[in-house]
Amino acid sequence: MTDTELRVSKIQSGTVIDHVTAGEALHVLTLLGIDGSGGETVSLGMNVPSERLGKKDVVKVEGRELSESELEVLSLIAPEATINIVREYDVVDKRRVEPPEEVSGVLTCPNRDCITNAGEPVATRFAVLDDGLRCEYCGDIVRDDITAHLAD
Amino acid sequence: MRHDHLLTAKQLSREDVETVLDRAAEFDRDPSAARERHAGELLGLCFFEPSTRTKMSFETAAKRLGADVVDMGSVESSSVKKGESLADTVRVVEGYADALVLRHPKQGAAKMASEYVDVPVVNAGDGAGHHPSQTLLDLYTIREHAGLDDISVGIMGDLKYGRTVHSLAHALTNFDVRQHFVSPESLRLPRSVRYDLHESGAQVREHEDLEDVLPNLDVLYVTRIQRERFPDEDEYEAVAGEYSITPDVLERAKDDLSVMHPLPRVDEIAPEVDDTDYATYFEQAHNGVPVRMALLDLLL
Repeated sequence: MTDTELRVSKIQSGTVIDHVTAGEALHVLTLLGIDGSGGETVSLGMNVPSERLGKKDVVKVEGRELSESELEVLSLIAPEATINIVREYDVVDKRRVEPPEEVSGVLTCPNRDCITNAGEPVATRFAVLDDGLRCEYCGDIVRDDITAHLAD
Repeated sequence: MRHDHLLTAKQLSREDVETVLDRAAEFDRDPSAARERHAGELLGLCFFEPSTRTKMSFETAAKRLGADVVDMGSVESSSVKKGESLADTVRVVEGYADALVLRHPKQGAAKMASEYVDVPVVNAGDGAGHHPSQTLLDLYTIREHAGLDDISVGIMGDLKYGRTVHSLAHALTNFDVRQHFVSPESLRLPRSVRYDLHESGAQVREHEDLEDVLPNLDVLYVTRIQRERFPDEDEYEAVAGEYSITPDVLERAKDDLSVMHPLPRVDEIAPEVDDTDYATYFEQAHNGVPVRMALLDLLL
């Protein structure tokens, strides 16, 4: 076990999200809807040295295995992330994140004149482009700073 | 045409456009022949923003097809004033009407409405987004005057917020059209429309000066430069005069240039142009009826 891995404690069962873009760990938690109210034990490593990325974040969530849809959404802000599913201290599954064709209800539209920002009962929906996201309602394209548009 | 709704011009194929325009031409030739086609049917008009031409032409089109209309009336006199959501309003009107025509200040409003109702929804303008039925009558007018292939179309004015511009630009990608966009830097096409034009492989050029392109144009589509969009009055004054069409400006145009405008105009086309052969905008407005008759005939 390397020094880097020891910086964050091992978990018994749950998910380790490794190779998260440096500085994005808290956004990963927001994206996954983890705010502590669910009782999960969460460990974070931020700006950890990484051979592949230079610096990376690591997120370990005890007692929770991420679903496929959560992995898809994760790919938007951490496209290099690797996911380790851990059971009884053993990694039983290792996956890369894959971008989805569409994300729903996760982001707000930056266009204040979009119907999704008008108090109507409609969830946001974005098509995933090669280099950004596109609102399915107003057509606006989001390319930069996607995490700034995470829904509360 | 096999669509349940008309939400954006992007959904229209060349075949769709030609189907609508061909049928519109039939209605144009003999409007009275269609007067019983949709007898007993009802069109719901939901206009959350003021409108003269669009609303009246949809109403006229419905009545010329034998259908009738139910009108939500102005926002001030409707339940919207009490805070009713768009989602609730359209679900209520769906119970009264066989199709809905919706104008709303928010982009994407028609798309959202279409997800709440089972009757066809026609987007009659959603903020700075789209106005596809206007585009169909624009295309009808262009076809009448210049054809729809191997032509150069100049689109000038407020390209950023002009919904008629966005829809027209999308629809023209179905045809062999060179599109020239003329505007001040601050009112260039929005990123989303440029993205679509690029993806479609459209022939597009952007200009700040009409002089650069006017002699090559077959059609000049003018829109109003909206004073309220400029943070600085001086900045508006600096560009507004450059985008005003007068008989003098048109001296360098082709003799058969068609000057179009979705109306209302303010001062971007001088009244002196009205009496020239270039002026096509009133004919364009009149074409709204046969084109919307064709559209409703296909959707109802």
